[in-house]
Amino acid sequence: MFARKEKLYGFLLVLPSIIAVGIFVYGFIAWSVRVSLSDWVGLTADYTFAGLRNYIELFSDPRFHVDIRNTVIFTVVFVLGALIIGLFLAILLDQRLPGEGFFRGLFLFPMAISFIVTGVVWRWLMNPATSADRLSGYNLLFDSLGLDFLINQWHLTPTYGMAAIAMTAIWQMSGYTMALYLGGLRAVPEELREAARVDGASEFQMYRRIILPLLWPVTLSAVIILGHISLKVFDLIIAVAGKQLPLDVPSIYMWQTTFDGLFYGRGASIGILLLISVAFLIIPYLYYSLRSEGEE
Amino acid sequence: MKRRKSLSLQILSIVLVSVFLLAACQPAGGEASEVEVFSWWTGGGEAAGLDAMIEVFKEKNPNIEFVNSAVAGGAGTNARAVLATRLSQNEPPDSWQGHAGQELIGTYVKDEKIEPLNFLYDEEGWLDVMPATLIPLISDGGNIYSVPVNIHRANVIWSNSQILADNGISIPTSMDEWFAAMDALQAAGVTPLSMGEQWTAMHLFETIMLSSLGPDKYNGLWDGSTDWGSSDVTAALEAFTKTLSYTNSDASSLSWQDASQLVVDGSAAFNVMGDWAQGFYQELGLEPNTDYGWAPVPGTGGNFQFLSDSFVLAVGAPDRDAALAWLKVAGSKDGQDAFNPVKGSIPARSDGDVSLYNVYLQSAMDDWASNTVVGSLTHGVVANDSWKSEIDTALGLFLQDQDVGAFQAALVAACASTGPCQ
Repeated sequence: MFARKEKLYGFLLVLPSIIAVGIFVYGFIAWSVRVSLSDWVGLTADYTFAGLRNYIELFSDPRFHVDIRNTVIFTVVFVLGALIIGLFLAILLDQRLPGEGFFRGLFLFPMAISFIVTGVVWRWLMNPATSADRLSGYNLLFDSLGLDFLINQWHLTPTYGMAAIAMTAIWQMSGYTMALYLGGLRAVPEELREAARVDGASEFQMYRRIILPLLWPVTLSAVIILGHISLKVFDLIIAVAGKQLPLDVPSIYMWQTTFDGLFYGRGASIGILLLISVAFLIIPYLYYSLRSEGEE
Repeated sequence: MKRRKSLSLQILSIVLVSVFLLAACQPAGGEASEVEVFSWWTGGGEAAGLDAMIEVFKEKNPNIEFVNSAVAGGAGTNARAVLATRLSQNEPPDSWQGHAGQELIGTYVKDEKIEPLNFLYDEEGWLDVMPATLIPLISDGGNIYSVPVNIHRANVIWSNSQILADNGISIPTSMDEWFAAMDALQAAGVTPLSMGEQWTAMHLFETIMLSSLGPDKYNGLWDGSTDWGSSDVTAALEAFTKTLSYTNSDASSLSWQDASQLVVDGSAAFNVMGDWAQGFYQELGLEPNTDYGWAPVPGTGGNFQFLSDSFVLAVGAPDRDAALAWLKVAGSKDGQDAFNPVKGSIPARSDGDVSLYNVYLQSAMDDWASNTVVGSLTHGVVANDSWKSEIDTALGLFLQDQDVGAFQAALVAACASTGPCQ
């Protein structure tokens, strides 16, 4: 009797969030799906059923091709860069050197800043002017160090400009990746390291054969977290470059086409495609982590 | 103690909720009549100009209370979202600001949100004082839908007088002269033309289209009588491509101010920008005619490519008479002469008091009264929002690959999907 009452209270307590999430997350996902299947253009809602036309048109839309190219470049550069630098920093900090706390804080600090602030600062640093009288930021630094050959157009580099934006995201998120890896490294039992050393493994072999495989779950979590950030990236690009087609990504296209062009149907389709792409990343992870929890 | 605390929290929340409820229940109308006007003029010369015009309104209508519902945000991006919400709930303000032309017509006329104003134009005699070539550009099916308050000119080329003098160049008046001048400047190591982010490229694009096609064919682009696939358009696009080859390589990282400033800093010889650049130069403390010069974009002399902020009459306006009183002030000589000298634009009426305006604006007023008026694409006159957004995408792709054929095909498709070429 008492237990049942407790359960009822518990249910009543979570009921408001169930309702809110039901309406504001799942309800609106359903509504977006419906809009994405409509012809809606303009300020007044128009739910004329158009089937998958919006989706089909997107896949032959040259702008959407640019978006996909940019998202792939951004994701690959950002995720790999943040993982490699994060792991490297974590291994350095794991050597238990003096001042570890200070450096740990230092590397984590960029994460405390919003993407907008990062973007504005890097916009100044990566000033793409290359003519001698208007150099600024990194280009000016390269010039005064005599490293003229390094002067480049940063995010305005044709085709691969997105990599420069990914760099700013690496700067911001590699400290976070470091923290994840550091936690993982600290969880590796000291006996394993000692056993490896006793068996005559070099430090490199020990990391390569023992520690890195043990860090695999951490890497997986990091890839999921960084990956879904990169699929949804929006604010960082707006802050660095504004709405420029060479640096377009699906989220910017969605925003512009919906609110500037009033193509609500097309905007909703882009949103749904984004949702599906993130789901591809998250659902296997949820499945994996739920299953391992069940085994415990 | 704990209980006390939660009790006081409860009391506090009850007090707060009732305050909000009271605030929400304030009577909207009251006995005295009031007019609610919606705009995005919240800062700088725009807000000061609006205040000056409100003063005129209060003098003429002491019994009507003016409610200034301005929402901050450049070019109305936030204001338009708020307005869209209010319109969908059928709670329109009496009158609101919009770019004159298709941006207003395509969005609000289609959904029957604004009333035609022909009767007001007749009553107030505005047809006699506004340029005849303006009226079709702010009408749809013979109905005029808004009252333009100010006029800006899009087809202006700004130049660094010193650089031109040093290189023995006079301000060009045709595209060929312009290209020759820019070749000479490039050979002398000067950036011939400065450009900024993507919308400034669209601004340059519309002026080159006008220059290359002439006013009749240019106007025809927007009503469907000029074929976007024609060889004339191809030639215009090629001229545009050639013009782009003279621009700075970091264009898309610059705002329009950055790009205009390159000219007065001596880093570039020319810049094509609307005449709000003149207000910007004035803020920098520069002297017209000595520090910078201006002219119509080469090949567009005799044409005034305009854009304008205008006010509309809401269908179902809460107080229609008060709204009409506001529109009468917005279209009056007194109202426009109060607003424009402060904002840095010229009145839509051709009978403004010249002595109130500076030397640039005076020259613009002369041209406004005598030139052929055509509309701007970038600033909402000639194309509805959806069409403009499709052109913007086509232009963005073109800036990357410079493929004239693909650009023209995309423009033809845009006109067919969202323009008049169905």
